[in-house]
This record gives sequence, structure tokens and C-alpha cells, in this order.
Amino acid sequence: MSDIALRTVGLGKMYHIGAEREQYRTLRDTLAKAARQPLERIRHPGAATHASEELWALRDVDLEVKHGEVLGIVGRNGAGKSTLLKVLSRITEPTEGRVEIRGRVASLLEVGTGFSPELTGRENIQLNGAILGMTRAEIKSKFDAIVEFSEIGRFLETPVKRYSSGMYVRLAFAVAAHLEPEILIVDEVLAVGDMEFQRKCLGKMSEVAGEGRTVLFVSHSMAAVQRLCTTGLLLEGGKPAFQGTATDTVRRYIESSSRHSETPVLAWAAPDRPAPFDDVVRVHGYRITEDEDRPVKGRLYSGGEYTAHISFDLRRADAALIFMLAFYDKNSQALLFVSDVHDLSGINFASTEPGAYTLSARLPTELFCSQEYEIELLCALHWVGWIFPRDNETRLAFEVVRQDETNPYSQDTRLGMLAPAIEWSLSAEKISSSPES
Amino acid sequence: MTESEKRGASARESGTKGFIVYERKRGWAALDLGELWRYRDLLYFLTWRDILVRYKQAVFGVAWAILQPFLTMVVFTVVFNQIIGVKSPDPKLPYAVFSFAGLLPWQFFAGALARSGVSLVGNSNLLTKVYFPRLVIPFSAVLAGLVDFCISFFVLIGLMAVYGIVPTWQVVFLPFFVLLALAAAVAVSLWLSALNVLYRDVQYAIPFLVQLWMFVSPVIYPTTSIPAGPLRIAFALNPMTGVIGGFRWALLGQEFPGDYLLISTAVVVVLLFGGLFFFKRMERVFADVV
Repeated sequence: MSDIALRTVGLGKMYHIGAEREQYRTLRDTLAKAARQPLERIRHPGAATHASEELWALRDVDLEVKHGEVLGIVGRNGAGKSTLLKVLSRITEPTEGRVEIRGRVASLLEVGTGFSPELTGRENIQLNGAILGMTRAEIKSKFDAIVEFSEIGRFLETPVKRYSSGMYVRLAFAVAAHLEPEILIVDEVLAVGDMEFQRKCLGKMSEVAGEGRTVLFVSHSMAAVQRLCTTGLLLEGGKPAFQGTATDTVRRYIESSSRHSETPVLAWAAPDRPAPFDDVVRVHGYRITEDEDRPVKGRLYSGGEYTAHISFDLRRADAALIFMLAFYDKNSQALLFVSDVHDLSGINFASTEPGAYTLSARLPTELFCSQEYEIELLCALHWVGWIFPRDNETRLAFEVVRQDETNPYSQDTRLGMLAPAIEWSLSAEKISSSPES
Repeated sequence: MTESEKRGASARESGTKGFIVYERKRGWAALDLGELWRYRDLLYFLTWRDILVRYKQAVFGVAWAILQPFLTMVVFTVVFNQIIGVKSPDPKLPYAVFSFAGLLPWQFFAGALARSGVSLVGNSNLLTKVYFPRLVIPFSAVLAGLVDFCISFFVLIGLMAVYGIVPTWQVVFLPFFVLLALAAAVAVSLWLSALNVLYRDVQYAIPFLVQLWMFVSPVIYPTTSIPAGPLRIAFALNPMTGVIGGFRWALLGQEFPGDYLLISTAVVVVLLFGGLFFFKRMERVFADVV
């Protein structure tokens, strides 16, 4: 058990909300109550003075975090994420249960806690450092590194109230980034500042995580959680709903928070009635699977291998038979069109034995943005006639969740309907010192 | 509840060495002044911030620390000495110096109450975002007043020089009275700041309280003019009676406050420890109710 950095046992936090109105019966009661109540509050701090509604912001949280583990905590607003961090950082006392922590803890629940607008950058570095738990000696030794990281340079002696919001956030994060606790508790603090700075913050965060420090990280950016965290905790209504790897936790969260709570399996089955050219082919339907065989429910994640399987009975070999897939955006604008004759398949039904077949096509999910699309199966005898023409009944809606963005705080949806992840490279221009001969 | 307690107990038995445990505390908490000591750098920086911010925002800056007690002294001398006829107890001692020696600790005390009363609520962003011993906040609010106190002290020295008053040997006891003033200010501040988190009315009551308190403290008049009997005992219960009497004794060689000092000191000690325990008890709900 020596590798446990943090453990909670039956942790719960209750708040009293909206005191209900009480009925006073007699004047004597009223007066006696009025006299007693102020004292009640001192005698039982934290207890409600009136009969009020209890709200368990957190309950039954049993958690074990090992040394060096980077735990991502996800959940909807009000799921108890912030309360959990507050209890773990000792800001507020748990109502029940206990927290056991080994090692120096620093919590970063907000960027720039305790910044004084009147004070200069230099003064705020010192003040904020002390507030976050650094000693005077530590602040002194890290001062130059903090200034360099924050890039505020010549504004060091300017009151921070004259800073741009970007500078302010940079300075605040710079101080926090130079904390060296054994356990770091971080709330959603990176979602501020410009892109460049976010990249820098994330870099610093991964550096901290890579140094074998224990990190507890709350974020609404699933990409950030996946990139930084090893394990995940999903909170729902104050209770842990799922614990596992970061990737699994993120999926659970996305599935639980989806607008379509019941996402249909991505599959279409043909009705039992003949389609045109029934003597050539009878299509039974198509379905989309992940990793060859797992059925997919309405959502495709970047990085997954997705395949469309079209099953049909071939009744007579025919060179004109082609299968196609069309992709549309959510406004039914055609985006992509792929087919077994156009693409890299070399499939030809000219001499195929009649029988039952499954035609599989890998879906180009790496081309899609994080948004909703539609897929449609088309089928025809080339130059002869359609079996499933455009805008047919096979259309299925699905959603793509991109998780491979380098910057998780960049806009979720890129400009345009497609977002292929392409290779970029940077090479320095070779400037020859002597004239070329 | 019982189940989680059981679980808690089993965790305790299973040997959780090296772990710091947070759980709900019941009853009166230990003072844990050692922790306060570990956070002394924070106390230093917060005090420093309060001082910096105050002098940066004010156009006149340090001039305020000189003008405020000086003008008060001038008004007191004109109104109470010239018009109403309150006399300094010693014919050789001008009323101006006499009243200033009383104003010196009094304004420190009054300023400490005004600042610390709202200190916790004013720093709510800190209370809800980061952990540190909450005692640091009212402490720093009180300590920040020491700068003004020092400046006023130099004004008093200048005033004494102008009137040709030489301090007596008793001046070596002055640090004790400064400490007593500090302890009195901290003691009352602990109560007021914690109460203000629970009842915001406190911050409206503080200016009124300070005003009344000044009249029942011997700032304007000497302790010798308090009639003997129960009134004297009642006045002695005011911690500032002993402090102001002590300042005048140490600096100006006035009558030793004797019984006043003894009772006032005892009251300060009781208020201070009572305040510390009260504050520690209330501290656990600060973040939730502030």
C-alpha cells in the first residue's frame, strides 16, 4: 500500500440549500427561536439553522490514486468535480468520510488566486507564490524562471491592472507552473489565454505529469484529459459513475452526456421485399463496426478503425454491379462519395460465383470534423439502373468525436465540413554564408 | 454515517502511516499554532500586500498616516481642552502631547478592528480557492497597521521634542505595551472577523462600535478622572484602558495604571485565547458560507 498517494474513504459533502419557511405558532416561540438561533450557528457550525433541503454535492467517493498517477476527473456541471477538488485541497471539510494524503499538496483551482491589481508583476509573483504555498526562498530561486515562462519581460514593474488579459493569465500560470508539489490538484484552468499559451501550458502539464508527480486534473476538454491523464474518474450527481483508463472514462462521459441518450446501433436492414434487379443481387443491409466486429452506436471516435459491412446475396455475376457509400453533412449536403469501382479495391462481379457475400469498406473517419454526418448506401448496375439511388432509405446519422487535436482547446469544430489530419513539417531555411558558385 | 465511520475506523486500524488525514472535526479544534508558524511567509506577504496596496492607492500615501492622528489631536485639543475644559493630569504636560500619546495606541487598535473585521469576507476569493491556516488573514490585517503606528510614533517624538518633553526611564517598558496593544487588537479582530463571515451585520456595526469604544477608553481624558467604585472596574475591563494608561506611563511618566493594567491584561489574555478557539471552531465553515 506504500505507493498510494491519496485515498478517500466514503467521502461525502453536504450543503444546505434553500431554507424552508417555518411556521411560528406563538409569539413566545418566535422570540425564543430568534434568541436561540444566532447561538445555534456557533454551537453547530455547518449545521442548518432552519429545516432546509440537504444537497449531497459529493457522496460515497472511494478513490485511490497511486504515486505518479495522472487522474482526469470528468463529469457534467454540478456533478461534484469542483467540490471533490475543494475537499481534497482542504479548502472545505468533508461532511462524512475521510481523505488520506501523503506528500505535499498544491492546488490550482483558479489562475491568479489572490492577484492584486494594484501591485506590479514582480510583486504579484511573490504574493501569489506565497499564497500557493511556496516559501520566500523558493520564490526567490524560481523568480527568473517564472518571469521567463510568463514572457511579460519589460512589464515586470507595471501594475497588473494594466496588463492585457492574456498577459495576466500567462503570469498567473507561470507562477503556478513552478510549484513543485508531490501532488498537484488542478481545476479547469487551462481553458483561458491564447492558443500559443495553451500549448505551452499543456506542455508544462505533461512535463509535470511525466516527472512522476501525482496529478488530479478536472477538465471539460476530453482531448486534454486523454492527452494528459492515465486514469479517469467520471462523476455523476456527486457519485463516482465510472473509474478506469482515461480513454474509457472519456467515452463513458461522452456517451452519458450525449443529446441522444439512446443512440441507435449503426445498421440498416433491408425490408423483406424485392428491390430492382432482384435477379442480380438482393441486399440484406449494412452495418458499421469498430475493430472488425464490435457494433457501433451512433458515434465514431477518431483513432478508431471503423468499417462498413454490406451483406448481400449475389444471384448472378454481373460486371455492372457497383456498391457505393455517400457521406452527407447534417444539412444533407453531399460531401464524399466512395465506391468499389472508383477506389482501391479491384473488386469486379463479372465472374463472381453466386452466393452470400459481405463487402467491407474502411470508413475514412480521419477526414471528419467533430460533428454530425450521414452515411448512405448506394447500389446500381452501372449504366443500367439504380438499385438504391441517391436519397434512399438506407441513410444513417452518426456523430464523429475527434480526439486527436494537438490543442484540445482549439475550437471543437474546425472551419469547413471536413478536417483531414495531415502531416506538417518545419524545416529551417539554409542560409548560405557565401555566395553560391 | 455509521457505515462510513466504521470504514474510517478500519482504515485507521489498517495502518495509514505517513498519511495526513482530513475529516470532519467535531467539537473544539486544537489551535495548531505550529502550522501558523509554517505559513509565516504567507503572513509576511499578505501583510506586505495590505501595506503596499494601501499606500499605492492613496495619493497622499504616507501623509495620511501623519495627518490623521495629527489633525485628530488638533481637534481634540481645541474641542475637549479649549472649549470643554478637559485638562491633562499634569500641569507641565500639554494636552496636545497627552492626547496624542493616547491616540497612538487607540488609532492602531481602531484601524486593526476596521480592517480585520472585513478581512475574511474581503479575501473570500482566497478562502474558497486555496488552503492555508485562516488565522493568517486577520493577523495580517492587524499587522499591516504597524506601519501607520510607527509613523505616528515618530510624529509623537517630534511633538515631544517641540514641547521639550524628555521621556523617562520607563520608556524601556514601551515594547510591552505595544505588544499588549497588538494582542488586544488581534483578540478582538479574531472575534469580529469570524462573526462577520456568519453575520454580515457585523461589518456595519464595527464603525459604530469603534466610535463608542473610543469614548469609553481614556483617549480624551486621563484615567485619574474616572470616579472610583464600580465604574472604575467597568473601565478596567476595557483592554484599551490598560494599554493607553501604560503608553502614557512609559512615554510621559504619568501615573502607573496599576490595577487597570492588571485587569486589562487578564481580559486581553482571555479574549485572545477565547478568540483563537472560537476562530478555529468557525474556520471549518468559512469556505462554505463566505
